[in-house]
Amino acid sequence: MDELRYKRAWELVEMLRRREVSALEVLASVRERLEKVEEKVHSYITLTLGEAEEAARAADALLGEGREPGAAAGIPMAVKDVLCTRGVRTTCASRILENYVPVYDATVVARLKGAGLTMVGKANMDEFAMGSSTENSAFGPTRNPWDLERVPGGSSGGSAAAVAAGEAVWALGSDTGGSIRQPAAFCGLVGLKPTYGLVSRYGLVAFASSLDQVGPITRDVRDCALLLSLIAGHDPRDSTSLQVEVPDYLSALEGDVRGLRVGVPAELMQEGLTPGVRSAVEGALELLSGLGAEVEETTLPHLDYALSAYYIIAPAEASSNLARYDGVRYGLRVEGQDMLEMYGRTRASGFGAEVKRRIMLGTYALSAGYYEAYYGQAQKVRTLIVEDFRRAFRDFDVLVSPTTPTPAFALGEKVEDPLSMYLSDVCTIPVNLAGIPAISIPCGLEDGLPVGLQIMGRVLDEATLLRVAAVLEEALDFREKPVPGRGVG
Amino acid sequence: MMGGYEAVIGLEIHAELKTHSKMFCSCDASFGGEPNTKTCPVCLGLPGVLPVLNRRAVELATRLALALNCTIAPRCVFHRKNYFYPDMPKNYQISQYDLPLGVHGHLDLETEEGTIRVGITRVHLEEDTGKTVHVSESGRIHGSEYSLEDFNRAGVPLLEIVTEPDMRTPEQARLFMQELKSIMEHLEVSDCKMEEGSLRCDANVSLRPVGSGELGVKTEVKNMNSFRALYRALDYEIRRQRELLESGGEVVQETRHWDADANVTTPLRTKEYAYDYRYFPEPDLVPLELDREFVEGVRASLPELPADRRQRFREAYGLPPHDAALLTSSKAMGDYFEAVVSAGAPPKAASNWMMGELSAYLNARQVEIEEVRVTPAQLAELIGMVEKGTVSVTMAKGVFQEMLESGRDPRSIVEEKGATQISDQGELEALVEEVVRENPKVVEDFRGGKDKALGFLVGQVMRKTGGRANPQLVNELLLKKLGGAPGG
Repeated sequence: MDELRYKRAWELVEMLRRREVSALEVLASVRERLEKVEEKVHSYITLTLGEAEEAARAADALLGEGREPGAAAGIPMAVKDVLCTRGVRTTCASRILENYVPVYDATVVARLKGAGLTMVGKANMDEFAMGSSTENSAFGPTRNPWDLERVPGGSSGGSAAAVAAGEAVWALGSDTGGSIRQPAAFCGLVGLKPTYGLVSRYGLVAFASSLDQVGPITRDVRDCALLLSLIAGHDPRDSTSLQVEVPDYLSALEGDVRGLRVGVPAELMQEGLTPGVRSAVEGALELLSGLGAEVEETTLPHLDYALSAYYIIAPAEASSNLARYDGVRYGLRVEGQDMLEMYGRTRASGFGAEVKRRIMLGTYALSAGYYEAYYGQAQKVRTLIVEDFRRAFRDFDVLVSPTTPTPAFALGEKVEDPLSMYLSDVCTIPVNLAGIPAISIPCGLEDGLPVGLQIMGRVLDEATLLRVAAVLEEALDFREKPVPGRGVG
Repeated sequence: MMGGYEAVIGLEIHAELKTHSKMFCSCDASFGGEPNTKTCPVCLGLPGVLPVLNRRAVELATRLALALNCTIAPRCVFHRKNYFYPDMPKNYQISQYDLPLGVHGHLDLETEEGTIRVGITRVHLEEDTGKTVHVSESGRIHGSEYSLEDFNRAGVPLLEIVTEPDMRTPEQARLFMQELKSIMEHLEVSDCKMEEGSLRCDANVSLRPVGSGELGVKTEVKNMNSFRALYRALDYEIRRQRELLESGGEVVQETRHWDADANVTTPLRTKEYAYDYRYFPEPDLVPLELDREFVEGVRASLPELPADRRQRFREAYGLPPHDAALLTSSKAMGDYFEAVVSAGAPPKAASNWMMGELSAYLNARQVEIEEVRVTPAQLAELIGMVEKGTVSVTMAKGVFQEMLESGRDPRSIVEEKGATQISDQGELEALVEEVVRENPKVVEDFRGGKDKALGFLVGQVMRKTGGRANPQLVNELLLKKLGGAPGG
C-alpha cells in the first residue's frame, strides 16, 4: 500500500469513513515527510501542526461517533499564505507583513473550517503573488520536489511543492495570471483557476482584484472537483462574487468526450515551446481525437497582446491595492523624521524588488497624461480578448493549449530577466483577462520533468473542464511522482 | 458694487448621509463614540477585505440628486482616488469620477438680486475618511510629537455636491448653503451639522471685470464650518483678490485656509506639486445600475421641499414672503410652526412669536429649535391667552421666557404670578437701588454710553421679582436713579 501521504484526498475521505485509517495517522505520515524534506523543499512559511493535530483529533472523534466531520476533515492541506487565517500569521511572503496576524478568516478558509479543515501550514509563494517561480519570497525560495535545482513555479509554488512532496495532500492557491496552473504544471499536479466570481475573494489579500481567483491544487481531477465544491459559491462579502447555483462537480466527472469540440489556439502553440512540451500536448490531443472528440486548430488573434495588457492592468491594480501597507496601522513600520519619510522607509525595506517594480509600473500606467495610452488601451485589449474567447466558444466546447511553454526552469535562471520570467505565463494570462475557467493537468514528461496541459472553458462551465480533464487523466494514466534520488528521497 | 469687478463663486459641498451603517460595511455610522470602536476589518482596510455597497446610501443620494433636479445616471461607476493619507485606511478613497450618480441639476434661489439659478454640476457618493489628532501643544501637525488616528468616521457615506460657478456674492453662497441644508433636512438625507462635520463646504472664488465672460484665476477656500464663516471668508477673499487686482497684482491659484480667529484666509502650506489621484474604476465593485423603476420610486417618495413649503406658507397661511422664508429655513422650524398653527394659533401670530421671541432665544443661546423646552401646543396656548386678552403682550413675553427656562405650561405660570404686575413704586424703588448697588460696573458702562447696560439692569430687577415687575416702570425708575439717558 502506498504511503498515506501520497493518497488522493478522496481516497482518504473514504478510508477515514471506513475507519481503515485515522486522521491522526494521516497527519503523522505527512509530518514524517515534513521532518525529512521541508528543510530542502521549503514549501511553508508557517507551520500549524498543532492546529492540524487538533483538527485531526476532532475529525477522529466525530468519525468515532459515526458522525460526518466534513470532506476536508483529516486531509492535510497547505493554504497559500495570501489567504487570511484568523490567529495564524499571514505574510504574503513579504517582510512588510512578516508579523501580521489577521483577525478574520478568508471566506474560503471559513468554509473549509466548516468542512473540517486540517491545515498543515501556510504555503510559500512569490511576494504578494507576484512572480512565476516562488523565488520572490522574502522567506527564501521553494524548490521543485522533482528536481531541487529547479523552481516549483509560482506564485503558488509552496502549495504545489507541498502536495508534490507529500507535505500535504491537497492545497489552496491563488491565480492572477497563472499562479495555480503554472506551478501545478511544473510539479505534475492538477490546478484549477475557477471562473472569476465563482470563488469568494474575501480574505484573499489582493494583488490584482479584477484577475485574482482562489482555486485548488491537487493530485488528481477528482480531488480538484471535491475541493472546488467546498469553496465555490456566492459570498455576500464579495460584490464581484456571482449569484449562481454551484453544480455537483463530482458527478460532472462522469461521461465521455465523444463529439466534444476541442479548439487549439494557434497563438498558444507558437515558437517558444520546448519539443517535449509540444509533443506531450500533441499526444494528448491525439488521445482526445481517439476518444471521439473533434480537435481542430483555431485562432484568437488578440492573444498576442494579452501579456502586454496584463502587465498594465495587473500592476495598475496592484499599485493601488498595496498602498495600504504604509506602516501606519499594521505590519512593518520603519520610523522616519516625519510621516513621508516613514512611508518611504517602511515601503523601501518592506517590499521586495519585483513588488516595487510592479508598483512603479502600475503607478506610471495610471498617471495623468498616460492613463489613456496605457490603462485605457489595455482595457480595450482586454475587451477584444474577451470577444475572441466568446467567438471561439461558439465553435468549441473547450480550448486546449500547453499550460507553460517549457517545463520547470532552473533556480536563478530568470531572476535577472523579468521579461523572460513574464513569458512563462504567456499561455495562462489570457484566461484571467477573459475571466474564464481553466484547468491544468499533467500530460507527460520532458527530461524527467512534468508537462502541463491547459484546458479552457466557457464562463461557469467548470463541469465540462473537469469531465474532459478526468477522461484525459484516465487515458493518459499519469502516475508519476517526484523523481527519487534527485535530492528529495 | 465692487469697483469694476464681479466675484464668481462655486461651491463644493460634502454631506454625511444619514444611514445606520457605513458605506461599504455594516459598522455603526453614527457620530461620536470612543475612538476606533465603530470599526471592522473592512473600514480599517485590513489586507484581504472587500467593499459591499450600502443600498440605503444609494437611495438617499438619489433622493437629493432628484431634489436638485439632476439627471440620474442609469449606470454609474465607482472609482478609486489614490493618495496617501494616514486617516485613509486603504490609501485610496472609493469615490466617483467620470460617471457620477447625478448630473446637470439646478437649484433656484430667491436673492436680493432676484431669482437666480445655480447649476449643479454633479452629485456623487463616496466614503469619508477617519480623523487625525496631532498630539502637540498647538494641536497642529507642525511640531507635533505624534499623531493619533480615529477611524470611527472612516467609511461613513458622503455625498459630494459640486455647483457651477453661478453665485456672485457671499450672501448668495450663504443662501445656497442654507437652502441646500434645508432641502437635505426635508429629505432626511443628512443631519447637516456643520460643527460635527456632517456638512462641509469649500468654495472656489475668482474675480473678473464686470461684463467679462471669462473666468479669472481662482482660489479654493477651505475650513469654513458655519454659514457665517462661509460668508465672512468669501467676503474677505473677494476683498483680498480685488485689492490684489486693483494694485496691478495677480491672483495665485492656490488653496487657502479660513482662519476664523484672525478673520483672514491664508495659503495652505502644501508641497509645490499637483496631486495626481490616478483615478481608475474600482475593481472590487460592480457598476451601479439604477433602473427607471428605482428612480421613479424614489421620485414618488420625495417629501415636500422647502421651496414648495414656502409657497404653501404664503398661500395657505397668508404669510408675507419674509416670514415664509424664515420659517422654512430649516425643516424643524417649519414643522414647529405648523404644529403651533394646528394647535389653534392664528398663523401670523405664530409666525411673529417664532420670528421674534423664539428666534431671539435661539440666537442668544445658540441652540437648535429641537432643543427648545416649549412645545408647539404650549406656545399656541400662550398665543391664545394673548388673543383672549387674558394676559398682556408684555406679560406674555415674560411668561414665555419662563416657559423657555422651565418648560412649564403658560397657564400655571400665569396663575402662579397671579397675573399681577408689581406696580408699587416704593417696592420697585428699593429693588432698583439694590440692583444699582450690586452692579457698579454695569452702571459705569451705562454712564459711559452703553445702551445695553440699561436692559441688563432692568432684567436684574425683573429677576428679583420673578418677572412680575412692571418693566415700563422699572425702566423709568432706573433712568431716574441713574440720572437720565446714557452718556448724558
